[in-house]
Amino acid sequence: MIVVNTETIPGQQITEVKGLVQGNTIRAKHLGRDITAGLKNLVGGELKGYTELLTESRRQAIERMIAQAQELSANAIVNVRFTTSAITSGAAELYAYGTAVVVDEA
Amino acid sequence: MTMQVLLNVVPVVVLIIIGFTVGSYRERRHYRQLAEREAKNQDVGVVNLREVISPETVGGATLVMGQAVIASDYFKSFIASLKKLVGGELQTYERLMERARREALLRAIDRAREVGATELWNIRYETSNIMSGRGNQFAISVEVFAYGTAITRKSETHAAA
Repeated sequence: MIVVNTETIPGQQITEVKGLVQGNTIRAKHLGRDITAGLKNLVGGELKGYTELLTESRRQAIERMIAQAQELSANAIVNVRFTTSAITSGAAELYAYGTAVVVDEA
Repeated sequence: MTMQVLLNVVPVVVLIIIGFTVGSYRERRHYRQLAEREAKNQDVGVVNLREVISPETVGGATLVMGQAVIASDYFKSFIASLKKLVGGELQTYERLMERARREALLRAIDRAREVGATELWNIRYETSNIMSGRGNQFAISVEVFAYGTAITRKSETHAAA
């Protein structure tokens, strides 16, 4: 499955457009219980635990999007975009969406 | 009475001093590392154009992503919370955003390099607030997520083979 955020896959022809596909996960934001985050808030710097958590979440959202595209028998997803929405209960939804297409060598 | 006051104030002052000294050092070190890595990554072209030039020479295209979550230190968070009383430019946030953005882009470039690409097209950024400095905790941290399409050219893949 080719996944890109450009509108076309350069050098390939889109033969069929299958439709919009999406994937999302919802993650809790607060790290009050995380000791290292508390320390980092003292000295500043990267919250590595959080970075990894969010990387994992996005990977999961992309996987769900790819699964949807596979169900539609697409072989590529173009124009992928991501959004993050804050949910009031201290959580954020990570959402990935794109257009599933069938591509062929031009 | 004074003992009570001291007991409340001293820990905060100690934390502010630690935040200031260690935090400033870490920030300067991060900026230095960012500059070094950016100098090394000059060979990867990054644009936010959507249409790839000369599409017939493209060997492969892949989505690549990079992200960073950066937290502010105690001293800067403290100053920022005071600044909110009087308004004006919040340099704490500006610096945080800049560091996170540069770090996220460098990581996306690393991903692109891993797949053998020297071009990164249609770069986009997403920002979210992890801790906003509200409530009784004035911790501030932001996340920046950079994503784009890494393009390899046919001539490169042939040269690599």
